[in-house]
Amino acid sequence: MSQPSASGHAPPQGHHDDGMHEHQGSLRGYLTGFALAAILTVIPFWLVMGHVIENTQVAIFVILALAVIQIFVHIVYFLHLDTRSESGWNMMAFIFTAVLVIIVLGASIWVMYNENANMMPMSPRYQQHGQAQ
Amino acid sequence: MLEAMPHRAAIWNFLFGRLTIDSLPFLDNNAEGRILLVTLVVVVVIGVAILAAVTKYRKWGYLWRDWFTTVDHKKLGIMYMILGTVMLLRGFSDAIMMRAQQAVAFGPEMGYLPPQHYDQIFTAHGSIMIFFVAMAYIVGLMNYVMPLQIGSRDVAFPFLNNLSFWFTFWGAILFMVSLFVGDFSIAGWLGYPPVSEVQQGPGVDYYIWGLQLSGVGTLLTGVNFVTTILKTRAPGMTLMKMPVFSWTALCTSGLIIATFPVLTATLFLLALDRYVGTHFFTTGSGGNLMMYINLIWIWGHPEVYILILPLFGVYSEIVPTFSGKPLFAYSSMVYATIAIMILSYLVWLHHFFTMGSGADVNSFFSLTTMMISIPTGVKIFNWLFTMYRGRVRYTVPMLWTLGALFTFTIGGMTGVMLSVTPADFLLHNSLFLIAHFHNVIIGGVVFGVFAAVNYWFPKAFGFKLDEFWGKATFWFWLVGFWVAFTPLYILGLMGVTRRLSHFEDPSLQPYFIVAAFGSFLIALGILSFIIQIYVSILRRRQYAVGGDPWDGRTLEWSTTSPPPEYNFAFIPIVHERDAWTDMKAHGYERPQAGFNAIHMPKNTATGVVIGALSFACCFGLVWYIWWLAALSLVGIIAVAIAHTFNYHQDHHIPADEVHRSEQAGNWQTDAEGASA
Repeated sequence: MSQPSASGHAPPQGHHDDGMHEHQGSLRGYLTGFALAAILTVIPFWLVMGHVIENTQVAIFVILALAVIQIFVHIVYFLHLDTRSESGWNMMAFIFTAVLVIIVLGASIWVMYNENANMMPMSPRYQQHGQAQ
Repeated sequence: MLEAMPHRAAIWNFLFGRLTIDSLPFLDNNAEGRILLVTLVVVVVIGVAILAAVTKYRKWGYLWRDWFTTVDHKKLGIMYMILGTVMLLRGFSDAIMMRAQQAVAFGPEMGYLPPQHYDQIFTAHGSIMIFFVAMAYIVGLMNYVMPLQIGSRDVAFPFLNNLSFWFTFWGAILFMVSLFVGDFSIAGWLGYPPVSEVQQGPGVDYYIWGLQLSGVGTLLTGVNFVTTILKTRAPGMTLMKMPVFSWTALCTSGLIIATFPVLTATLFLLALDRYVGTHFFTTGSGGNLMMYINLIWIWGHPEVYILILPLFGVYSEIVPTFSGKPLFAYSSMVYATIAIMILSYLVWLHHFFTMGSGADVNSFFSLTTMMISIPTGVKIFNWLFTMYRGRVRYTVPMLWTLGALFTFTIGGMTGVMLSVTPADFLLHNSLFLIAHFHNVIIGGVVFGVFAAVNYWFPKAFGFKLDEFWGKATFWFWLVGFWVAFTPLYILGLMGVTRRLSHFEDPSLQPYFIVAAFGSFLIALGILSFIIQIYVSILRRRQYAVGGDPWDGRTLEWSTTSPPPEYNFAFIPIVHERDAWTDMKAHGYERPQAGFNAIHMPKNTATGVVIGALSFACCFGLVWYIWWLAALSLVGIIAVAIAHTFNYHQDHHIPADEVHRSEQAGNWQTDAEGASA
């Protein structure tokens, strides 16, 4: 191996232009994104205003599912997240964030549901228990 | 909305909010007042002496140009270390006051601290030690070492780095001001409601805004360091060739980015409860205080890994250097770090097993807690195998590392004991828990910081630290730690709870006296550390070293000690892990000529100004001085916008200046240094 002699070159701040150009989406991409976002927004309105689904719980879950799909539409078409930009670090950061948000929200709901059920004096389970005695 | 002082003229309320002459506790005519008055006099005398000395020797310009406004990561790193040391003295005075109180307050004797004051002291001790000692130290270390290790000339956002420091600094000042103006929180270092919601006065508000300030600073640091590591590594340094300390800096910064917003949001909700009467954490008005405990620990548990990971990195640098061998199983070390980073998000509930989540939730978090000890164990075995059959040099950094391996491992094992939920029901909030987390934080973080200071001090200042006083510091701390905390383990197993300012049972007293003696030994350790620095400065000619005093393995040892402003005249090209060892093995010779102009960031006063304004804003919020808060907030935004119009943020160091500074470096003592 050659002697690792340093070669003079610009300071490290100088080489961050890789990947910059991949961020500009095409008009076609923006329009597709807009159309999808609009459709995904109209469907929930229709579901609620037209009383399409009888069961409210089911309706809520369908709307939530559409909202999640819309998040991905925004991320792909407007934020241009793909596996290539910034040599994959954007995707990595996104996955990291998503995992954390899921952990924090999901586990908090799980934890607080149990805390509520076990510990809160006003919770239905506690009251039933009190009445049983 | 909040009433200031109803019995005062409106104009005074407008000008001073709820701040009155009675808010100055050192004017009280009682024991507490007199203790505070003496402290204040000492602080003022020292402060005036320092200011007078700076003025007399005409150092204001030097301090302003070379330190306060600097964007140099090395100087900011040193400033963080000084901040951490000053705050260590404050946090430790709190500790020794608590130990003294608990050693005497038995039966009829109530001790010298009333409960209200004692509660403020344990709250201040905990929050200062975590936020302004441990955090300042690790951020300081990462700031100084990481850019040098990855062959960079500065961090990615140099101005942001300066701004982060000033946020942290003014957060610390806000905590210190609470000592003499008003009072401090009594709600413990995490400010649990309902105590933090019902406590009247400015105490909890000092806590909230002090942490918000330093929290913003830390978050910006995290963003800065991740970008620096991902974007400005020397050519050839792939991630898997990066030194382990920089790896841990990357993981810690990732943790900071992901968790500090949770802290900010939680404290913001608490502030809303206190300031505008919302009920996020008020049970009975639609809120739930258990949610606060859940949220604060979602930040709080990753936080302890934020603290320990960089020190794992420090040990991973020191052990190979002083064993004369490459690190054993580098890649398993990296994967263990990443595993700890992810797992640290999945364990927070073990801080409140007893709150009532039920068996299934508790078992899940109990298992994840036990699992996180596996990657930690991997690291410990890696260090042991690195030492195995190496030529271990028992220098001061190595002594600290060995002390940490011994102490931290035992702390980790008591942690596994606490992770067993049924055992935790007995040990929760007992002195056993106190002994456990001091065992890991002192044994892991503090010992690691001392190891790192002894290891990198020659790099930062060009001379080694005194061996004798270094060893004295180490033995006082190690022995002092075990004398102070072994009794707490025993007391905890006997069921003694934490945060008590008075005890009835006289049979417990001997244990507390032994613990107090231990904290006295630690005090001697801190004193020895200060003597060590002082003696080394006196003998700096005798202790002078070259660029590579320890026969180092990573890039920071390839430049001068102290490194020039631009770190490397030529950015090194990396071929192997342990890049500097590789360069030495291939007969690297430092270029003597052919230097180019170097592009560097320029100093700026914006960080100082925004920091000071944000302090004024937070002080106004604490005391309900709304005009001050509003004015400073507008000021912060104005200065920030004005800063974006500053187009002269960089400059070039001319080639002949680089040439001169490369010739002037103290390379000649290199051989001498390497043999020492």
